[in-house]
Amino acid sequence: MKKPFFTGLSAAEIEEINAEIEHYPDKAAVAIEALKIVQKYRRWISDDSLIALAELLDIAPAQLEAVATFYNLIYRQPVGKTVIHYCNSVTCWMLGSDQVSEHLCRHLKIELGETSADGKYTVLPSVCLGACDHAPVLMVEDQLLLDVNEKTINGIFER
Amino acid sequence: MGEGKMDKPLTKNIRPDRAFATLADYESTGGYQGLRTAITQLQPKEVQQWVKDAGLRGRGGAGFGTGLKWSMVPMETPQTRYMIANADEMEPGTFKDRMLMEQDPHQLIEGLIIAAYAIQAPIAYIFLRGEYHVARQRLEHALLEARFKGYLGEHILNSDFNVNIILHTGAGRYICGEETAMLNALEGKRATPRAKPPFPLVSGLWGKPTVVNNVETLCNVPHILHYGVTWYQGLGRGADKGSKLFGVSGRVNYPGLWELPLGIPIREIFENYAGGMRDGYKLRGFLPGGASTDFLLPEHLDVIMDYEAVAKAGSRLGTGMLIVLDDRTCPVKMVLNLEQFFAQESCGWCTPCRDGLPWTITLLKDIIAGKGRREDLDTLSGLTRMLGPGNTFCALAPGAMEPLQSALKYFRDDFERYIVDKSVLKESV
Ligand SMILES: Cc1cc2nc3c(=O)[nH]c(=O)nc-3n(C[C@H](O)[C@H](O)[C@H](O)COP(=O)(O)O)c2cc1C
Ligand code: SF4
Ligand code: FES
Repeated sequence: MKKPFFTGLSAAEIEEINAEIEHYPDKAAVAIEALKIVQKYRRWISDDSLIALAELLDIAPAQLEAVATFYNLIYRQPVGKTVIHYCNSVTCWMLGSDQVSEHLCRHLKIELGETSADGKYTVLPSVCLGACDHAPVLMVEDQLLLDVNEKTINGIFER
Repeated sequence: MGEGKMDKPLTKNIRPDRAFATLADYESTGGYQGLRTAITQLQPKEVQQWVKDAGLRGRGGAGFGTGLKWSMVPMETPQTRYMIANADEMEPGTFKDRMLMEQDPHQLIEGLIIAAYAIQAPIAYIFLRGEYHVARQRLEHALLEARFKGYLGEHILNSDFNVNIILHTGAGRYICGEETAMLNALEGKRATPRAKPPFPLVSGLWGKPTVVNNVETLCNVPHILHYGVTWYQGLGRGADKGSKLFGVSGRVNYPGLWELPLGIPIREIFENYAGGMRDGYKLRGFLPGGASTDFLLPEHLDVIMDYEAVAKAGSRLGTGMLIVLDDRTCPVKMVLNLEQFFAQESCGWCTPCRDGLPWTITLLKDIIAGKGRREDLDTLSGLTRMLGPGNTFCALAPGAMEPLQSALKYFRDDFERYIVDKSVLKESV
């Protein structure tokens, strides 16, 4: 994938981050929110974005990196247009999450954690998504899919 | 729905169509009356006392007395105090706080405002799990409504009490639910737990006194204030007071979530609500309160869901969310799945947890692959002690050991079959 030239954070990003800063006595406190805002626009956090953000928040890039790498939902590598998280925690595991992930990966011809060749989908594991009464569960971007079976999975790709 | 369904205060606004209660819906069933009582009739100390007398205990897992916790906050000093709602629900098998926030967001908001009043905190945070997008939207909407109607912000209900609520969303990490890790997360630091003491009640967020309460705990508060202590106490059937959300997941007929009195026998939840096991499956055991509680067996079905009673049976009430193990799922593999979760989510700060969990996984994988030795079971038992209470900075590691130690006790044959009689290797889960 060709790397676009980084020209700093956008006005929109900075504005949203500044709005968050108002809620806390200390700029560093918006670290997670700020990472999420940048990720919303850019899909992932590149080194360039990380450094620019650290500067905006007045913290060392290493401190922000320590925060960024801590979280499952902050991507430090490029991801596809749609990220599919499948729950692999206990109830979903009992009710077939391994088959769910195998089916997803086979369909997309990828290994877990990879992005499909057309750049459309990335499949990642997730911990319990808080819908265990409807296991197995998927989260496609922001949307929960419950009681997942092969048909539901195929439905994702027909959208 | 009117105010009639008073044995189910927490879920009385919850509708089968999963739509959420707006401010008008919430008010029509007594909403914000508890806040009115607190602010217009009671002193902060009196609110603490009411909640203490009601007997409310924390629903986040540890069961600490809520009123008692509030009363330990230093109130005389002029410093800022903070109130935090722990909405980071990530304990595998647990799906109760999500439902409360998605379907009746004002209940949490009212509880949080009353709690902030009780400890005189001018700022309250809701630390919401990043994956809970629907809850986020509904809480944002409800916060606007509450501000607009004067329940939130400055001069609440024309009093001189002011509080602002800030919705903070996380980015997916179990340890953020541990209250001192949450403080670091809110301060923008890497979310490792803090050494205690000092306790957050004295030195918490930015070094100021801070109370952290679970979402479900806070949802109880408005009702205690509105309907009174005596009424609240009447809701429990055993030694503990109030109602509680109980859930069941796994191979039962009707997995789900219900508000029931504390002290209800587990059998009643399992049979009458979850409808027993699905055809072709038998009950082998269950975790009574989320992933970090000890297994119990079918013989424990008559134990009541009460903090002391479940402890006496050898486990914990925890989050009150049962995970059912059926006879066609291998308990050793189930424990491996649980330990993989804990190992992945360990923050890596203390050695026993950082090294002990990967070691546990290696041993379990070897056993399952037919490469286990008898001594491995002793090593696993040793690990359950090494990672047990008192040896680590937080309760993640001891929690991780609960399902393992009880599986070694109750499902020893399953472990041994992999080691001694390798026939099991040919079977699939
Ligand atoms: C690893 C770990 C994760 C936790 N996760 C949560 C959580 O997601 N939600 C929660 O309310 N409490 C969680 N707790 C418990 C909190 O530390 C704390 O006890 C609780 O929020 C206090 O609220 P309560 O007294 O109202 O129960 C967790 C504890 C540990 C050790
Ligand atoms: S017990 Fe585990 S999760 Fe808790 S502080 Fe230690 S390393 Fe971190
Ligand atoms: S275990 Fe998958 S949603 Fe809870």
